[in-house]
Amino acid sequence: MEKTYYNPDDLKKFGDISEFQKELGEKFFDYYGAVFADSALSAREKSLIALAVSHAVQCPYCIDAYTQDTLEKGYSEEQMMEAVHVAASIRGGASLVHGVQMMNKVNKLSM
Amino acid sequence: MKSLIAQSHSLSNPKTQLDVINNHSEKVRSFDKFEDKLKEIDLFPLKPTGIEIFQINVGYMCNMTCKHCHVDAGPDRTEIMTKETLQYCLDALKGSDIQTVDLTGGAPEMNPHFRWFVDEVSKLGKHIIVRSNLTILDTRKFEDLPQFMADRGVEITCSLPFYSKRRTDMQRGEGTYDKSMKMLKVLNGIGYGKEEAGLSLNLVYNPVGAFLPGSQEELQQQYKERLWDDHGIVFNELFTITNLPISRYLNFLVESGNLEDYMEKLITSFNPSAAMGVMCRNTISIGWEGSLYDCDFNQMLKMKTNHGAPDHIKEWNLEKLNNREIVLNQHCYGCTAGAGSSCGGATV
Repeated sequence: MEKTYYNPDDLKKFGDISEFQKELGEKFFDYYGAVFADSALSAREKSLIALAVSHAVQCPYCIDAYTQDTLEKGYSEEQMMEAVHVAASIRGGASLVHGVQMMNKVNKLSM
Repeated sequence: MKSLIAQSHSLSNPKTQLDVINNHSEKVRSFDKFEDKLKEIDLFPLKPTGIEIFQINVGYMCNMTCKHCHVDAGPDRTEIMTKETLQYCLDALKGSDIQTVDLTGGAPEMNPHFRWFVDEVSKLGKHIIVRSNLTILDTRKFEDLPQFMADRGVEITCSLPFYSKRRTDMQRGEGTYDKSMKMLKVLNGIGYGKEEAGLSLNLVYNPVGAFLPGSQEELQQQYKERLWDDHGIVFNELFTITNLPISRYLNFLVESGNLEDYMEKLITSFNPSAAMGVMCRNTISIGWEGSLYDCDFNQMLKMKTNHGAPDHIKEWNLEKLNNREIVLNQHCYGCTAGAGSSCGGATV
């Protein structure tokens, strides 16, 4: 076993997941390919969304992959960091909006 | 910053560079040889489709020392093509139907015979491309060159690795972006980049780091929007060029620990269609001392034309050169990755 949970080289082996379950693996990669193709949103726009989501789900493989991809697609550092701030705002907001639940409970329990 | 050669750096030696891209590590040694990749698609030996572009490197002297430069050009480089060798080039051009003469360097403008040579080529009715770094035009000695080139219908292809100041200056040195914007406005002012004037102004994008260029069409759109919105600048086309693992860019890859991944990326992105359209099939490269090469990259690796073809401008023979076998090595993967790469941008 690896001494760390994450190994950058494992990203290149992502396709190997089909070895243990071919049908579902292939369906996933077909789906993945279709999702990231040019469509109502461009592949370029989707790449920036993926970069933001990678940070929201804190996936090191995805962050590596979509940092490279957004660089290749010509996004600037400012644009990439703003996308990460979007992810951070949603994550932060998701915690803070629960403050309303806390306030509701406080109000119910208080005299 | 000094050139690698002025630093006596080991990677200023072409043999060392070739050794690194072939044998840097166990993994690098395990990569498929480029020649074998061409054999798989029945493209070996690689032969020219016919020389259409006569690319002359008129010298390695440059006013800049960019971090990615495959020429290792800079102010400390003294290699400059002599008038005698330029005359040999003219003699070769006079007897051929090659229509395009592409002048590169270094900063080609710094060759003391530049104006004379452009005039002579212009008299032959050839199309001339000058690869300019833009900043050289922002000096008193060269400030009249834009008009000189406009008067002779010279196409200007200039470096601008990104539309933002941060990334451009990171690669080409502090202040480059601002000078480049200033000179692009000067060029626009005399008609360059404007459809009606018929004076072509093209920009070259090359990645500022260990990654490949994205879609040329999309990047061109980004550049057009940003340069127009931010500076009111127009240009004709954007050419995306992949960085090849040579000289200073190779040094960057080694020092940053990116060499293995970058080579692997180039190789896994091998595109047979791009291989069909590589520029060495329609280009000949002439070095400052008159030697002939299949491309400017082979020139920097001192890999002259071979397999019985003439290897010096004094022995120019178009028929023999059109039937030569192109000399290959692992750096060639840089021109066949993804949408392909050439001095004229993507090839697919």
